[in-house]
Amino acid sequence: MAPVIEVHDLHYHYEDGTAALGGIDFQLAEGEAVALLGPNGSGKTTFALHLNGLLRGRGSVKVCGLEVNKENAVVIRRKIGLVFQDSDSQLFMPTVIDDVSFGPLNQGLDPREAAERALAALERVGMASAAGKAPYHLSAGEKKRVAIAGVLAMQPSILVLDEPTTFLDPPAQQALISVLGGLPQAKILITHDMPFAQALCTRAVFFEKGKIAGEGTVSELVERFGWNGNLRQ
Amino acid sequence: MHHVVLDQWSRRASPLHRRDPRSKIIPLLIFLVVLATAHRLLPAISAGLFAMLCTALLWARVPLADVLARACLVLPFTLVFAGVSWIAGDPARAEALVMKSYLSALAVLLVVSTTPMPLLLRGIELLGAPRFLLMVTQFLYRYLFVISEEAQHMRKAAVSRGGSFRAAAGALAVLFARSYKQAGEIHNAMLARGFQGRFRPLSAPHFHAADAAFLVCASSAPVILRIALERFV
Amino acid sequence: MAALRWHDSQNRDTLETKVHIPDGFLSTPVWAALDMAGAPAVAVIARRAQRTFDEGKVPLLGVMGAFVFAAQMINFPVGPGTSGHLVGGALLAYTLGPAAASVVLTAIVAIQALVFQDGGILALGANVLNMAVLGVLAGYLPYHFWGRTRARRAAIFAGGALSVLISAVMALSELLLSGVRMPGGVLGISVGLFAVSALAEGAITLAVIGALERIQPEFIRQPAAGRSYALGAVAIAAVLLVTGGVLLTSTSPDGIEKLGQARTLLSTPFSGYGIAGLGSGWLPKAGAGLLGLGLVYGVCLMIGRRR
Repeated sequence: MAPVIEVHDLHYHYEDGTAALGGIDFQLAEGEAVALLGPNGSGKTTFALHLNGLLRGRGSVKVCGLEVNKENAVVIRRKIGLVFQDSDSQLFMPTVIDDVSFGPLNQGLDPREAAERALAALERVGMASAAGKAPYHLSAGEKKRVAIAGVLAMQPSILVLDEPTTFLDPPAQQALISVLGGLPQAKILITHDMPFAQALCTRAVFFEKGKIAGEGTVSELVERFGWNGNLRQ
Repeated sequence: MHHVVLDQWSRRASPLHRRDPRSKIIPLLIFLVVLATAHRLLPAISAGLFAMLCTALLWARVPLADVLARACLVLPFTLVFAGVSWIAGDPARAEALVMKSYLSALAVLLVVSTTPMPLLLRGIELLGAPRFLLMVTQFLYRYLFVISEEAQHMRKAAVSRGGSFRAAAGALAVLFARSYKQAGEIHNAMLARGFQGRFRPLSAPHFHAADAAFLVCASSAPVILRIALERFV
Repeated sequence: MAALRWHDSQNRDTLETKVHIPDGFLSTPVWAALDMAGAPAVAVIARRAQRTFDEGKVPLLGVMGAFVFAAQMINFPVGPGTSGHLVGGALLAYTLGPAAASVVLTAIVAIQALVFQDGGILALGANVLNMAVLGVLAGYLPYHFWGRTRARRAAIFAGGALSVLISAVMALSELLLSGVRMPGGVLGISVGLFAVSALAEGAITLAVIGALERIQPEFIRQPAAGRSYALGAVAIAAVLLVTGGVLLTSTSPDGIEKLGQARTLLSTPFSGYGIAGLGSGWLPKAGAGLLGLGLVYGVCLMIGRRR
């Protein structure tokens, strides 16, 4: 089966010339869950932003067989959904249902269908009762689940989540693990949270200074790089 | 925080809350014009209009005393001018300023406390105001609290650095940069969910017979009151 | 002239000259005429901003509007026991451009009126014209003409000062035109307070722009090159003359009648029934007000709906 993500020799430089990504090769199989580990500033988020065309570097990035470029951007953004670290930046509409319907409406669905899709997505993450609420009424964990619903409503094949457990207390983290565990999509999880990565991911990739320094299971990489999440030993 | 309280009131349930926003905006404007143009028998007219507003507030099941108190926000500004007018030998104008500004604020509060802001803005848009401006207002409202919280932190930092002019300017510059950055993240989140340059509304409020009836009654009440008083007193 | 503070601060007097006029202050011809002038102005500016930006810039403008609110919380010491804060029109004009700044300030005026009961609804035309149109214009002009010259810092200071001064003076003039009493002494003190606040805003704007340049110079827009000193001086003089003229006319005893005769700035087709008259016949006046609003509505529909 063809991989849903294929990245070949991806390079990216910031405007001031510093290298952010120095030649990344990466693949993601259908239904697979991979953790991206590594210190802050090592390029994980920058890499993720290339997957849906928000950033464009040198090299090849293919999502579901399509080259990520300007022409394909809209189609690709239906297939791959990004959940950003800051939920407040992601929940920008006045109510939960408005926000989760944003994606389907952009896909061209009429309001009634968009609302149905949104409610279905909210059901999946257990937040259907919050449909009429405003974002500031929600806890961090609830906001994160609504953000995921907003992405699920577009029916993507791939989910990318950037540091999803930041700001979440242990019960909320558990709730998130069970929600994500029940989703069939292929997943990329950028995280510092080792138990979280371990619970969901069969494979992990270690980023260091814009390059992939190692691959393996989560526990293998933790051992190899002395990585307990935030401190390098 | 002020706008949080107002938001809570606006999400309650009452017959008035259920009315289409347009059926509340138009009577509001008529009320304000009737009040603004009143000169003769102003105390009597004001008393009548005040009674109408209180009745509506009770019907709306919002806390009457709190709303009446909140309308007093106009008073500091007004009392200064009223005082000056009184001293300058124009007590009638002083009274007029106080009565008109207070009742106008109360009338606006009636509408705003029974209509959630996003719905109110949508109503204003349907009545013809520029969409771009209303979307900006909607986002402003959404992020008002978020940015203000950040400003709280910045203020503490500036104070702890001696509270000087320079420290304050630095704090504002950082707040500016952070706000700008968050706006960029919001934009990325929009693009990631397929935004192509235009917001698509989820729904338009439906105008029912009850809304039409309310509009007619609420619009005519102040007019009838005034005509009656001016003709028969 | 205190604008209403919605957040507690330290125990210091705060200089504030955001004059959001509540309802009940302006006379019918004044608020109606300004609504008639203001609404099309806003419609045109909003369309211009939309064309330049498309709706993708909505979050930026909205968030920067929230920034202006939040910026009220940062106190700048401007004198013994006195602090000021940023009003922000000029700063927005220098960083987002004047059209966007106008849209943001219009949104701010609307939120102030609806959420904080600071400023009236019928008075929206006046408040928007004062702060979002004239204030931004006055703030931006010096920068437009001298922003690329050696007088850049002076231009930024002048812009900040003018944006506050012009808005406040226009508001004062509108109040006086409406017959609100203000004996000479009080008037003098008010204008003096405005001047002090204007200077504070100039200093604060300059300081914040300076701090922004240190962290990220790209935030600040460069005005177009090739501007002449003379043209700039003339434009700013014109703005000052008009504002000063309005203020003077509104304070002179027969200013109201003079204005009625002149029928220039604030005349409307309906002013014939008597601007200063507070007599009976409210229905025609109210009707005129509503008809005026109706005309505005029609014009705006025409301007705003053409997409």
